[in-house]
Amino acid sequence: MIPSSAVSGVGANHVQIQADDFSRMNNQANNVSEDHITISEVVFSRGRRRIFDGISLNVPRGKIVGIMGPSGTGKTTLLRLIGGQLRPERGIVEVDGRRIPQLSRKELFDVRKSMGMLFQSGALFTDLSVFDNVAFPLRIHTDLPDDMIRDLVLIKLQSVGLRGASELFPSELSGGMNRRVALARAVALDPRLIMYDEPFSGLDPIALGVVVQLIKTLNHVFGMTSIIVSHDIHETASIADLIYVISDGKVIGSGAPEELFKQDTPRVQQFIKGLPDGPVPFHYPATDFRDQLLNHDSLNHSAFR
Amino acid sequence: MQMRTIEIVVGAFMLAGLISLAVLAIRVSGFNVGAETNTYSVFAKFENVGGLVVRAKVSIAGVIVGQVAEISLDQESFTALVRMEIDSDVAKLSIDSTAAILTEGLLGGKFIGLTIGADEAYLKDGAYITDTQSSIVLEDMIGKFLMKQF
Amino acid sequence: MLASIRQLGQNGIDLITALGRAGNIWWQAIWRRPRLANAHLVFRQIYQLGVLSVVITVLSGFSIGAVLALQGYNQLVKYGSESALGLGVALVLVMEIGPVVSGLLFAGRAGSAVTAEIGLMKATEQLSSMEMIGVDPLQRIVAPRLWAGFISMPILALMFSVVGIWGSSLIGVDWLGVYEGAFWSAMQDGVDFKSHVLKGIIKSVVFGLIVTWIAVYQGYEAEPTSEGISRATTRTVVHSSVAVLVLDFFLTLVMFNF
Repeated sequence: MIPSSAVSGVGANHVQIQADDFSRMNNQANNVSEDHITISEVVFSRGRRRIFDGISLNVPRGKIVGIMGPSGTGKTTLLRLIGGQLRPERGIVEVDGRRIPQLSRKELFDVRKSMGMLFQSGALFTDLSVFDNVAFPLRIHTDLPDDMIRDLVLIKLQSVGLRGASELFPSELSGGMNRRVALARAVALDPRLIMYDEPFSGLDPIALGVVVQLIKTLNHVFGMTSIIVSHDIHETASIADLIYVISDGKVIGSGAPEELFKQDTPRVQQFIKGLPDGPVPFHYPATDFRDQLLNHDSLNHSAFR
Repeated sequence: MQMRTIEIVVGAFMLAGLISLAVLAIRVSGFNVGAETNTYSVFAKFENVGGLVVRAKVSIAGVIVGQVAEISLDQESFTALVRMEIDSDVAKLSIDSTAAILTEGLLGGKFIGLTIGADEAYLKDGAYITDTQSSIVLEDMIGKFLMKQF
Repeated sequence: MLASIRQLGQNGIDLITALGRAGNIWWQAIWRRPRLANAHLVFRQIYQLGVLSVVITVLSGFSIGAVLALQGYNQLVKYGSESALGLGVALVLVMEIGPVVSGLLFAGRAGSAVTAEIGLMKATEQLSSMEMIGVDPLQRIVAPRLWAGFISMPILALMFSVVGIWGSSLIGVDWLGVYEGAFWSAMQDGVDFKSHVLKGIIKSVVFGLIVTWIAVYQGYEAEPTSEGISRATTRTVVHSSVAVLVLDFFLTLVMFNF
């Protein structure tokens, strides 16, 4: 393992071949296990609210997996459990056969080198230029000379179509461009797993098309396992190999997109078809409407609370 | 901003800090840290040191020759024991010199005034001045004055 | 009644938890593994916290020195001891007002900026994404700021005192006509480097540490919303100002042999 203290060897002329890369290739060859990620019987609460109540799902290697569900069902939390930023109360979270919650801080940072994550807001470092943002993981984790890092960054930026914007700062980019740069940064170290947190939200149709295309290309060209957390059914279904629908802390339906559309579970159908009322009620739990209208005391009471 | 500019500005900032420190040391405090090394100690017992403090000056004929280093109570005689640090170049203080606690102006601080005697032998490090005159305490004086009146 | 006791207990537990978390930040960022490779980040933060606070510090130092000279002269001239003006102003500035006021200014100018910046990084998921890239934000973001506060604060306090003394000499000597020789010699006579200047520096170092520590903690623990950040920024200024004043009392108690 290359010590991470060796940040950006300034002007170093020697090219050090990365031991890291070799071990990664070997790993990939030897580890033929079908599932990249195994989550089993995971329980997680935030405060008093139980977010996951024994959730189990598997992410096959090299596939695009969509995780869908209504807002507030903890889809992002799931990604954080996989990334080790949160620890479950119970259950197993396994990435590449390594149990994430049991890892030490150092081991965890090590495992994360093989994970990329695209945050909803892009999360670019605002004090660094586009170029430096993409170069950041390379400078931290590799010992490559400056000119090589430059080439790698330009390749990544070219692949998201923003090579020309390399000198700009994140504040000068549009939302869609921001996300594309974040994508370039997420894949800078050629991770084997990439997680997308709401990659489609808040984009105009053109930017949306670009991001969908990019996710697909990255998956096919580099063979990355991809997890997409989203509630945009159409876009997710168009590229995912497998979709899990979660609600109330559990998986309520799963399968390939076309299978899922055929499933007759009412909750899944409601979500996929976007029906306003159904098993997930339109109304927030309340007392009887008629009673409340007639009972003026309770009205006064609640109006000023 | 460019890293290089930042380094220069930060360097200037730190330099300004060092200069400030130097100004405080030399111009403001007169840098009297190293002065302690070449002094010798002389002791004196006083009936009353009222108001004398450590670091008060010790002077001969108005010229500062040292400072008060320590004030403590002599447990046997119950008098105040004062240790003075006298500059080494003021070496010829006769052993019959007297020490008096004086006041600088009406409301100024107390200091010790030494008056040189006639003896040929000189005070050495750790010697005692036997002839001392205590601090004049205003209340005592007023008290005496009133007693005479009535 | 029972509820209020329970609330009190809860508050106590919350306080201890907060102290624990703050201590953990401190431990993780500073003591565990200081990295030389992050030196350039410290430089950048010294610029942000220290250099950008110079103007406000110098201006305040000058006005406070000038005011001390005016007021001090008014009192001292009644006893005919206006030559002690330099001494009085210098002692007050070096031991108390220099470290304390520059500490308060530092809390307002630099502390609030640190909290807002880190809070915003948290809200925009920059800290999370840094963690996911495999970089510890405590070392990359927090540690350089703590070091920068530790280094910048004494420099600012020294500048404050020097400019204040200069300001008082301008007013006292050049305007009010205190005899210049007496002004400076009384000062040099009465101010001792070890027992006055150095203790003032120690105070300012402590203030620098505590202010940046509070600022960093508040930013790091801020609720990642716009209200959360604004509340955290306010808390930074309030908590660190109070901390400076209270600590000043205890440091004075300990260092000046009471």
